[in-house]
Amino acid sequence: MERIPILKFGEFLLVTIQVDLYDQLAENLEADLINLVRKHHSRGVLIDISAVSIIDSFMGRILVNIAKMSKIMDAETVVTGMQPAVAITLIELGLHFEGVYNALNIEKGMELLRSKIYKLDEDDDTYSSE
Amino acid sequence: MTLTVQNKEEFVVTIEKDALIFRNSVKTGAEKISMGILYQTKIITAASEIVRNLLKYGGGGKAMIETVTDGRKVGLRLTFKDNGPGIPNLDLAMSDGFSTGKSLGLGLPGAKRLVDQFDIRSAVGSGTMVMLLKWK
Amino acid sequence: MSSIQALQSNSKNITERWLQLQANEEGDFAEALSEEQKTEAAELVTNLLKSLNETSLEDPDSDAFSKVKESLGILSLSRARQGYSPRETATYILRLKEAMLETLSTEITDVKELYDNSLKISKILDNVMINSFESFIKGREDIIMRQTDEITEISTPVIRVWDGVLALPIIGTLDSSRTQVVMESLLQQIVESESSIAILDISGVPAVDTLVAQHLIKTVSATRLMGAECIISGIRPEIAQTIVHLGIDLSGIITKATLASALKTSFDMMRYDIVKKSDKKTLGA
Repeated sequence: MERIPILKFGEFLLVTIQVDLYDQLAENLEADLINLVRKHHSRGVLIDISAVSIIDSFMGRILVNIAKMSKIMDAETVVTGMQPAVAITLIELGLHFEGVYNALNIEKGMELLRSKIYKLDEDDDTYSSE
Repeated sequence: MTLTVQNKEEFVVTIEKDALIFRNSVKTGAEKISMGILYQTKIITAASEIVRNLLKYGGGGKAMIETVTDGRKVGLRLTFKDNGPGIPNLDLAMSDGFSTGKSLGLGLPGAKRLVDQFDIRSAVGSGTMVMLLKWK
Repeated sequence: MSSIQALQSNSKNITERWLQLQANEEGDFAEALSEEQKTEAAELVTNLLKSLNETSLEDPDSDAFSKVKESLGILSLSRARQGYSPRETATYILRLKEAMLETLSTEITDVKELYDNSLKISKILDNVMINSFESFIKGREDIIMRQTDEITEISTPVIRVWDGVLALPIIGTLDSSRTQVVMESLLQQIVESESSIAILDISGVPAVDTLVAQHLIKTVSATRLMGAECIISGIRPEIAQTIVHLGIDLSGIITKATLASALKTSFDMMRYDIVKKSDKKTLGA
C-alpha cells in the first residue's frame, strides 16, 4: 500500500506531495499525519505542493481537513509552493482554504509557522516559546 | 456554430484508476494543440470535477475527448455520460453561493467558470450528460 | 465547342485580359504590375481552368477548386499583412470573372448555353472570391490580436519597488481578460522575486463597479494563495463613494489612498524602520 512519506523537522512535520492523491492515499495521509502530530507533539504541519499541477475540490477538501484536524491537536498548517496556474484556477473554482496558511516555499513556510506559534521578541527580532 | 472534430478518443470510467488515466489523456490532448499552461490547468481541473461526479454519483460511465475547430480557433471538447440516478434539481446544483464561500457540492458551477462552453442534461432516472469546451 | 473547352483553350487571353482590367483599375497612381504578379496571375488562371470539368462546373464547393482556394487564401493573407485594401482583395477575383465571362461571350453563340454557363462560372468565381476575402479578414484580425496583446503587455508592468515588494500600476479598464493577464504576470513575478507584498495601484482605473471589484478581490485571493499579501492603493474619493454605495465588501483587504502610503505600510509589515542619517558631524580623529 502506497503511503506518502512524512518527515519530522524539529517541531514541524513536512509532507511533499508528488503524486496524484486518490481516495485511499488521501485517507492514509490524513490518518498518518494526525498520528504523527500526536506522537511528536508537533506544533506545525507543512504541506509542500510545488509538484502538484492540478488541485480540484477533492484535493482542496483534503488540505482543509488536514488543517482542521491539526488545529484540534494544537498544530498549525501551512501549504507551500502553490503553482501560479493552480492558484488562479482555485480562485475561479471558488475554493476557499479556511484555516490554512500559505507560503511561497518551505523556508518561508517555516518562518510563518514560527511566527504563529511563538512569541516574537521585539528587541532582537527572534522568537522564543512562551 | 458548427464544429469540426479533428480527433476523438473514448474512455470507459468505472474505477478511480480510470479517472486518473482520463485526466492524463486530457493533458496530452491539450498539449497536442499547444494550449497554454493556465488554460490546461483550468480544463483538466474542470474535467477532474466532472469525472469525480461520474464515479461517485453516476455509478461510472463514459468520457470522450475531442479536438475541435470552428474554422478559426481550435479547442478541446470533453463529453461525459452516465446512466446514474440523475440530478433532481439542476438549478440548485448549478448555484453555489460563490460569494459566500460555501463548500462545493458537485463542483458544477466551479467547472462551468473554468471553461468557455458548458452544457449539462440530466433527469431523474435517465442519467447525466455534461459537455465542457475550452478554446486554446 | 463546349464552354469548358472555350475557356480552357483561351487561357492566355483570359490572363492578359485580367491583367489589363487590373491595370485599368489602379488609376494614375498605380505601379506597373510586377513580373511576379503576372506569373502569379497566369498560374492561378491555369489552375482554375484545369479544375473545370462537367461535375465541378455544377458545384462551386467541389473539391476540384480546393487547390485554387488554398493558394488564393495564402495570397490574401499575405496581402492583408502588406496593407492591401478590402476593395482591392475583392475586385482581384471579380476582374478575373469579368475576363472569363467576356471570353465566353465571344466563343459561345447559343444564347441559352451562354447564359446558363455564365451563371455557373459566376457562382464558382463568387465562391472563390468569398473564400479569399475570408482569408483576408483573418489576416487583418491576426494583426489586431497581436497589437492587442502588445498593448496589454505594455499596460500591465510589474515593478520591483523594494526587496520583496512589487507594485502594479493598473492603467485602463479592468475587465476579465485583463485581470487574467494581471494575475498571471503578478503571480509569476511573486515566484521569481520571492516577494511577499504586492501593491495594486488603481489610480489609473477609471471606474470601479461590482465586476471590477470582483476582479480585484480575485487577484488579492490568488496572491494570498501564493503566500503574499496585497495592498490596494490609489483609491480616489469617487471610487470610495461608489464602493460604499454599491455595498461592495472590501474588508480583509488593506486599502491606501496613495502608492506612497502603501509602500510605508509594506515596510511596517516587513518590520523595517526608515531612519534618517544623523546630522551629527564626526570630529576628525
